[in-house]
Order: sequence, then structure tokens, then C-alpha cells
Amino acid sequence: MIDKRVRSLAEAVAGIPDGAIILCAGFGGAGLPDALCEAVIEQGARDLTVVANNAGTGRTGLAALLAAGRVKRIICSFPRSSGSVVFEELYAARRIELELVPQGIISERMRCAAAGLGGFYSPVSVGTRLANGKEHREIDGRMYVLEKPLKGDVALLRADRGDRWGNLTYRKSARNFNPTMAMAANLSIAQVRHVVELGEIDPEMVITPGIFVDRLVEVPG
Amino acid sequence: MPLKRRQIAWRAAQDLPDGACVNLGIGLPTLVSDFLPADREIVLHSENGVLGVGPAPGDNEVDWDLINAGKQPITLVTGGSYVHHTDSFLMIRGGHLDLALLGAFEVSEKGDLANWTTDDPGFPPGVGGAMDLAVGAKEIRVLVEHTTKAGAPRIRRHCGYPLTAASVVRRIYTDLAVIDVTAEGLVVRELVDDLDFPALQAKTEATLRPAHDLKALRAPVV
Repeated sequence: MIDKRVRSLAEAVAGIPDGAIILCAGFGGAGLPDALCEAVIEQGARDLTVVANNAGTGRTGLAALLAAGRVKRIICSFPRSSGSVVFEELYAARRIELELVPQGIISERMRCAAAGLGGFYSPVSVGTRLANGKEHREIDGRMYVLEKPLKGDVALLRADRGDRWGNLTYRKSARNFNPTMAMAANLSIAQVRHVVELGEIDPEMVITPGIFVDRLVEVPG
Repeated sequence: MPLKRRQIAWRAAQDLPDGACVNLGIGLPTLVSDFLPADREIVLHSENGVLGVGPAPGDNEVDWDLINAGKQPITLVTGGSYVHHTDSFLMIRGGHLDLALLGAFEVSEKGDLANWTTDDPGFPPGVGGAMDLAVGAKEIRVLVEHTTKAGAPRIRRHCGYPLTAASVVRRIYTDLAVIDVTAEGLVVRELVDDLDFPALQAKTEATLRPAHDLKALRAPVV
């Protein structure tokens, strides 16, 4: 029998090693697995690299993990937003490394890893500082840079509904990075609003099939 | 009179064709959604996976699972859909959007765009979706105040700030003029009433030339 449900947040994040690359879904607060981020503080992993679109807001969720000093490096497209106080303090104090990657390139690099590919040529950033050091190649008259796959040790996800096989659905724009990150990590962990019976999710409506999910924990709200 | 920010947005909205799929950048371009011409169906795309962005919700209708690129609450129009991030940026990079309207720190006479960092060491940089949009949408138009608050020109021979993309901007809407980036240089299509062409040139580092049918730039009070 396949049952990926776990009973607690502690069980959900058990075993994350020091130095792990953690893909953290969400765009702003939408689809951000805040309870899982906070569970990682308790779990104790450190020297983490986090891949996330934004660097957290307020003092909860991803920002709390940053504030706890567990993240040495963040790969982000847009770290600063209204309320990104924790990141700004750490950045000013040079206590966190920032790698800035264009938003669609973060996402496509993870998709590339998920698909078992070795990289792709992209026109994004050509002629800008963010292309420095990248292999350039002209294809059919247009210049591209080589972008390499980005794979996670762990993905932290937030979904609306999930069943014991790990099939997931999302709500509205809270979908964002979740489906791609689910596919791009060795261990994918979802915080879901509602755990439902197997078969309750219409197969036509499954957004992330269970093959990509390892653990899910119910966190209402 | 120079246009106010909402009037710049109004002017840019008048040029959106019926049926167009359009991405609005954060800041000034986001205001364009308030002025979509009522006689046209225009589909607004938001980089975080929303196709068919509707008006801002009422106070009792806010749903924090439904936000735009600026993380403000939005609604979805009838016919709208949600996609995940990788597909959203496939739409952007793959030339599936007709237009992107973006903000800028500076634009050069060749259409180079600088809108992601001022290199202020106290201010962490953020690129977001700007570089994907700048090379991916079929056409890029910029909405920008003609000068900085200190009066420095934002339309320059070369951008002083780091580039977002080279040679991508086709039209610039400012509080003073509508300017096209052409193979022959910057051509002023419209100019506000109480400014003459030499006065506009004095506020612009790049060389401008007037269109032979130069029109008045006017916007209603909005």
C-alpha cells in the first residue's frame, strides 16, 4: 500500500541534511510552505542553500528560517519586497550570499533537472551583467547563453488538496513554482490544506501526480 | 501640462489592440489595467501564472491565493486560467505575448532597457521576470517619467545603469511625449501642448526628431 501521509510537521521534514539545497515554492506569500519552513528550524539542518523566488517577508515562514541563521545562500529572482526585513538585515551584514537568477530561468533550470536534461540555451540576459561567465552560442542568427540544470535535494511545497498517493491540486496563483519544484528534487514534501481520500481528486484535475511527491502533511488554513 | 502617472497609463492603454495578450510590469505599467478600452477584449498576463487578470477585488473579496506580479490581490476575468511558473515563462519567452509594457530607470536611443538595478550597495538587486519579458514578448513598450525627480534625463544615448536587455524597446510613453524607437533614431509622435520641441530635446540626452505629423499628447483627467 502506498501512503505518503505523515502525521506531523516534524515527520515531514525529518532527515534533511546539513548543506542541503532546498527548493522552496511560493510567490510572495501565495503557495509558500510556511509551516514546513518553520519545521526545518526545529529539525535543525543548517548551511542550507534555498532556491525561492522571493526571500521571505515578515518574520514567519521562509523569513523565520533565514532569521534562524540556517541559510547560507539564497538563489532568488527578486529578494526584496515590502516586508523582506530579515533578508535585508542579513544581506547588509553580509551573513547571506545572494545569487540572482531571472525568474523564468530559475524555473526552467529546475524543469530541466526534472526532465533529466543537461542544460539549455536561453536568450535571457544576453548583453547584460548576468550573462558574464556563461557559455555563449549563436543559433540560427540569435545569441543564447547556456543555462545549467538546477536540482534540489529537497522541495518544500504547499498545495490545496492531496491524497495518500501524493496527487496534488493547487488554488489559483498559489500554484506558481510548486509543480516544477515537486518534479526537481530528490525528496518532495508537501503541506496540504486538505488531505482527501484516494479517488476524490478528479484525475483530469490532478496538477502534480503522486510520482513526484514523497511526503504530505495536512496543515489547515 | 505634463501628464500625471495615471494619464501616462491611460495613454498607453489606448494603443492596445483588440485581442492582444499583454503583460504589465510592476509600478507604473500596472496602472494600465484601470484604463483598458471598453470596446476591446484584452487579456492581461501576470508572470506568476495568471492569464486573464481582472480588476482589483473589493475589500471583502480579497483572496491571497490570487495575486499579481507586485503581490497585490487581483481577480480573474471570465475565460481566465491559471498555469504554473514554467509555463507562464514559456508564454513570456516563447513569443506568445503580443506586448509587454514595462517600467524603466533608463532607455537608450537604440532601445536598450535598464530597469533592474541602480547598483546601490544598500539596496539588494532584484531582476524578477524583467529579463525574460524584455527578450520574449513580441513587442516591448516602456512607460516612464521623462526625467528623474532631480531633472536628469531618463532617455539617453547609452544607459548608465546595467542593462536588462539590448535593443528591445519600440515605444516610450512619458509624461511629456510619445516616442518611437526606429532604425533612424528616436521619433517624437506626440508632445504635450505647452512644451515646444527644443524644450523637450533639452530634457532628453538622446537626439530626438519630430514626426512629420507630430500630434498633441493629451489625456483626460483620470
